[in-house]
Amino acid sequence: MHELSIALSVVDLATERAREAGGGRVEAVHLRIGALSGVVSDALRFAFDVASRDTPLEGARLVIEDVPIAAFCPRCRAERTLRDSRLRCPNCGSPTPDLIRGMELELTALEVEDDVPAYR
Amino acid sequence: MSPRIVEIREAILKKNDLVARRLRQVFADAGVYVVSLVSSPGAGKTALLGETLRRLAPTCRVAALVGDLATDHDAVRLRASGAPVRQITTGTVCHLDAEMVERALDGWDLGSLDFLFIENVGNLVCPASYDLGEDLRVVLLSVTEGEDKPEKYPTIFATADLAVITKIDLASAAGYDDVLARRALDGAQPDLDVLRVSVKSGLGMADWFGRLDAARAGKRTGLRV
Repeated sequence: MHELSIALSVVDLATERAREAGGGRVEAVHLRIGALSGVVSDALRFAFDVASRDTPLEGARLVIEDVPIAAFCPRCRAERTLRDSRLRCPNCGSPTPDLIRGMELELTALEVEDDVPAYR
Repeated sequence: MSPRIVEIREAILKKNDLVARRLRQVFADAGVYVVSLVSSPGAGKTALLGETLRRLAPTCRVAALVGDLATDHDAVRLRASGAPVRQITTGTVCHLDAEMVERALDGWDLGSLDFLFIENVGNLVCPASYDLGEDLRVVLLSVTEGEDKPEKYPTIFATADLAVITKIDLASAAGYDDVLARRALDGAQPDLDVLRVSVKSGLGMADWFGRLDAARAGKRTGLRV
């Protein structure tokens, strides 16, 4: 359960970027979380509420895009979206060591209300 | 007025990744090979590390950092090998991060070392997200904890460079099935390198030391083994 550590990193990074963007109130924080990142979205949402308390991010919505695992299948010579964390092609069953997506832990965007000052 | 969208597209753990990159450069400049050990609690990280330090100490310059939530028991235990050992006590944090490693190394002359071992907090979930700047991430799996661990904790097994199956002397008593374990490991990371060892009986330990030597030699000559 390291979602609290991850949430604190989200708050730090988003606070810095929001300040650089003019210091308006952050209405929403957008993240991309890969299915193989080891981070659970629901736990992260809960942790974000705690981590953002008394910061400029307090009250911001957390919008999480869950990214499924995708890998290159060497036999099909194609990108495949995997059903679970077992790294095998869903079509032909070949091992798929080359991951294309699924490890993301990314801050993608902020929604900022310029005319409203940050909470703090 | 509707809010303005500010595009960011940055890794949440960018700060950790930057420190890890800095550490990796420091380790490369110092010529020290860095191995991290991760596993669930009780899989045998400290036992493997203790034996590794003891066996390497006469011929190599070795040191270790050990992470735990509380106590310095592991550091005390490992200092019996004669190698310098520092404890990182994380408090409530369930993993090591690159900054903790950097702080713990303060004052150590890395140039005087051949190997540095970093024992992570016993945990198969959280350490997976944090790069420590290591050269080799080793995940341990003991025969007593179930062959399907790699299926339950895929991320740590997907990000490891080597898997070591420990307590292999207990395999038959534990009803351990190597084919099942290999299948689970392949599911998490196809073709992951696997060693089987027993610190207690010495079985497989020559392979472990061979792997460490080859990897270190590879780093020094610029080849990845």
